[in-house]
Amino acid sequence: MDSLPAHMRPDRSFQGLILALQRYWADYGCVILQPYDMEVGAGTFHPATTLRALGPKPWSAAYVQPSRRPKDGRYGENPNRLQHYYQFQVILKPSPPDLQELYLKSLAAIGIDSAVHDIRFVEDDWESPTLGAWGLGWECWCDGMEVSQFTYFQQVAGVECAPVAGELTYGLERLACYLQGVDRIMDLNFNGREGADKVTYREVFFQAEQEYSRHNFEHADTAMLFEQFRMAEDACRKYLAAGWREEGNRKQHLMALPAYDQCIKASHVFNLLDARGVISVTERQSYIFRVRELAKACGEAWVHTEAGGAA
Amino acid sequence: MPDLLLELFSEEIPARMQAKAADDLRRMVTDKLVAEGLVYEGAKAFATPRRLALTVHGIPVRQPDLKEERRGPRVGGPDAAIQGFLKATGLASIGEAKIQSDKKGDFYIALLEKPGRAAIDVVAEILPVIVRTFPWPKSMRWGARSAKPGALNWVRPLHAITATFGLETEAPDVVKFSVDGLEAGQTTYGHRFLAPGAINVRRFEDYEAKLLDGKVVLDAERRKDAILTDAKQLAFAQGFELIEDQTLLDEVAGLVEWPVVLMGSFDAEYLSIPGEVIRATIRNNQKCFVVRDPKTGKLANKFILVANIEATDGGRAIVAGNERVIRARLSDAKFFYETDLKTKLEDRLPKFEQIVFHEKIGTQAERIQRIEHLVAEIAPLTGADAEKAKRAAKLAKADLLTEVVGEFPEVQGLMGRYYALAQGEDASVAAACEEHYKPQGPSDRVPTDPVSVAVALADKLDTLVGFWAIDEKPTGSKDPFALRRAALGVIRLIIENRLRFPLYERAMLHALLFAERALSEFEGKVAKSARSLDFIEPGLAKSLQHRAHQLAWSDAMLERASERFDALTKDLLAFFADRLKVQLREQGARHDLVDAVFALAGQDDLLMIVRRVEALGKFLDTDDGRNLLAGTKRASNILAIEEKKDKRTFDGAPTPALYSLNEEKALAKAIDEVKAEAGAAVAKEDFAAAMRAMAKLRPPVDAFFESVRVNDEDAKVRENRLKLLNEIRVATRAVADFSKIQD
Repeated sequence: MDSLPAHMRPDRSFQGLILALQRYWADYGCVILQPYDMEVGAGTFHPATTLRALGPKPWSAAYVQPSRRPKDGRYGENPNRLQHYYQFQVILKPSPPDLQELYLKSLAAIGIDSAVHDIRFVEDDWESPTLGAWGLGWECWCDGMEVSQFTYFQQVAGVECAPVAGELTYGLERLACYLQGVDRIMDLNFNGREGADKVTYREVFFQAEQEYSRHNFEHADTAMLFEQFRMAEDACRKYLAAGWREEGNRKQHLMALPAYDQCIKASHVFNLLDARGVISVTERQSYIFRVRELAKACGEAWVHTEAGGAA
Repeated sequence: MPDLLLELFSEEIPARMQAKAADDLRRMVTDKLVAEGLVYEGAKAFATPRRLALTVHGIPVRQPDLKEERRGPRVGGPDAAIQGFLKATGLASIGEAKIQSDKKGDFYIALLEKPGRAAIDVVAEILPVIVRTFPWPKSMRWGARSAKPGALNWVRPLHAITATFGLETEAPDVVKFSVDGLEAGQTTYGHRFLAPGAINVRRFEDYEAKLLDGKVVLDAERRKDAILTDAKQLAFAQGFELIEDQTLLDEVAGLVEWPVVLMGSFDAEYLSIPGEVIRATIRNNQKCFVVRDPKTGKLANKFILVANIEATDGGRAIVAGNERVIRARLSDAKFFYETDLKTKLEDRLPKFEQIVFHEKIGTQAERIQRIEHLVAEIAPLTGADAEKAKRAAKLAKADLLTEVVGEFPEVQGLMGRYYALAQGEDASVAAACEEHYKPQGPSDRVPTDPVSVAVALADKLDTLVGFWAIDEKPTGSKDPFALRRAALGVIRLIIENRLRFPLYERAMLHALLFAERALSEFEGKVAKSARSLDFIEPGLAKSLQHRAHQLAWSDAMLERASERFDALTKDLLAFFADRLKVQLREQGARHDLVDAVFALAGQDDLLMIVRRVEALGKFLDTDDGRNLLAGTKRASNILAIEEKKDKRTFDGAPTPALYSLNEEKALAKAIDEVKAEAGAAVAKEDFAAAMRAMAKLRPPVDAFFESVRVNDEDAKVRENRLKLLNEIRVATRAVADFSKIQD
């Protein structure tokens, strides 16, 4: 890290932090992907995690995923909460025996020295009811702050993971706040420059937070969204049905990915409806159930594709 | 004798599971050893975040030899039988068998000797099975092997197994076994950051010592002691006092192998937040302790954290980091609190119309309305001002909609009190906002302020009657709505405040309020035709009619539903009776006395039931009581026999003209007197006096049995005497059903 120019240092620059993590995991041998081009609630939704976690084939990937949680919008006013933020996601299948050490080294790579900082693995069982997924692991604490999620996937999209994949999720804004020593995400130095060249997180995202908060809570067109949910659900089922091929006794699926896109769509539309407060407590469960059913059907299709291990 | 050392070294074990896991490990290994004939001297288990360890000392070197005689076929028996015997016993020829004679003839006997195996071999068989079947509350698979069927499940990935066995004086042997590719050995590892290197261990003593060198305190109790001592000292040195918290201490000790206690501070401006909220924030989210100023008893702007490392900078970065997180948390809490204060509690209420309490029972808003209604009616019973009680019932749930309670559910109620006081509510009203949830359990405090008592009772009764109305009662271990706790709460509120509370009437009337909501539930169950309300006490019947009219119900509808209301109310009372029994038994009252009182009809006044049980207990401790009980039982036994013989009962008044002996007359007279006297005393609720009256029965009962032969030859006299015996039973029922009392 000392060899880096100042503007690339993770403790000075938000993008420097992202680049340092990418470099570390690239050195380890991960495929460095770009964000998935759809709205998702978390990096886990990226098919590179959800679908690739399934099936027997080894898979190591890392990527940044912009994540949208419409309900967490605070018009840019809350120091720690945003409706749009970045996650850095690492998925390693099968989970390597030294995954904890790899993780700790990644912290060292971004300047967190375990001789000075108190790093802890605190129980946190992860479950995603919408994805039909669960795993065991921890929240990783650095000096009392949760900086990552660490999960050994046991089941995803209703399918048992065999072998198990290890998933690391770094909350980038929070980690950057810690490294840069600032209290508000908006105050982060984005590009690591100083003076006139400095670009802050506020300059990049404050207006977006305001606009999307207005949209998410006040104006998102609920009639359209209800319709979109229904359409995405229908389309997902249609593509799934159309994708099955049977040759002899071999069953194959040829359209798992496009079908899964519609599942992601439905999930995000549901999150928007939820933020708008137009879904009652009881309805909420049934929407979650409907998305989960889509996710499970996609998982089932995926394990009958080539990358899913069918070939 | 040799010792066993076992360590299972893994990734971080959840703190809440560690103590039980250590206990399970000890129990499973020692149970198996004993089952294998290896009786050990002692065992102790330990847990840290990364390891479970067990030492068992004084295990015999070998299992004892087992000798067994197996009886075979008769000498000269069929060849097939003899061949079978040889095969089963492993004898080479029948010549190796002994011959034994008994009355039935000569038989072959095989002497089988099963030599005991070396204990280390037995242990090597036991341990992998225990690892594979270990009862973790949640376990997982990991790594490449997880793709294969039969992969090991453990709480988190298991990395190393240490297992050694041997005498104290010699180098122990490794217990040879493997689980899912993991070979047992004698290598473990020290602290993750402070001493991560491999450690070669031999036996428990050097294991524990080497771990300590490797910055691992093996024993959770030692870690707790160290944390507590250091935390107290650190607080004291700065002029503060640690607020002790056992649950937090247990948890924190399960998060570190090398506890290092540090103190941090936060801006004093946050002390404007209620102390409970500060503590909840710091404790729940950050797992840190708080301290108070011993002079004022108030929270100080300090916290105590427990780190897992001795940092090279002395902990400066750790403290600074924790301070930042806590500052952010408190800043949120302060913002929530101040935002909450801007809205009056009553202005939050409309939102409850959108919040479903239970699908079949309706919204929170409806629930609050019912509670207000009920509280107004029962306020006189608790001595509360009805207006204040209604106001409290109206506001008591409003804090559920505040930001602070949304964030920290455990301060519900308490925040209601803060917000009520802040908006200038009466002190009793504010107190009831907090206390109406009480008592939460058998050890929780019972409120005494009449307003709190009234709202607490109304809240719990509404819940109970509501769930009874929709037939959602606790079954077995399932009690998702904590109805047992609610019933116990009602019981304790009534008894500890010595309230006269007619439960049947209140519950019955309240049930009507659910009828509208639960109509669909009722529909299938109500009687097809109307039934008069005759079976209900007239005063209550009138109140029911009145309420039905208020609800715009027809008389016919009420009459049709009345039986259902009666049934559910009685069922609810039976539930109360059960809970009361459990409660009295736990307090040491004899359960048979409780049964004896409950066996009387129409017992719905909990306070009176308890008083009766108390008086009965005292009475039975006296000579008179014991003897009267014996006399009553004797009468009952005789009656039981004769009733069986004659296939009839001997109810009804005896005929005085048939009395021939003085003892009969004296008993009859005493029974009449005692009945009247005890009846009057019970009416005045003076159960001690009723028992004293009962005591007067003893001499005539004793004298009767001494001199009178019940089974007289004259059938009429016999019948009359049996009727007189029955009268003894009847008389004692004024206080209790004596037949339910055990000797």
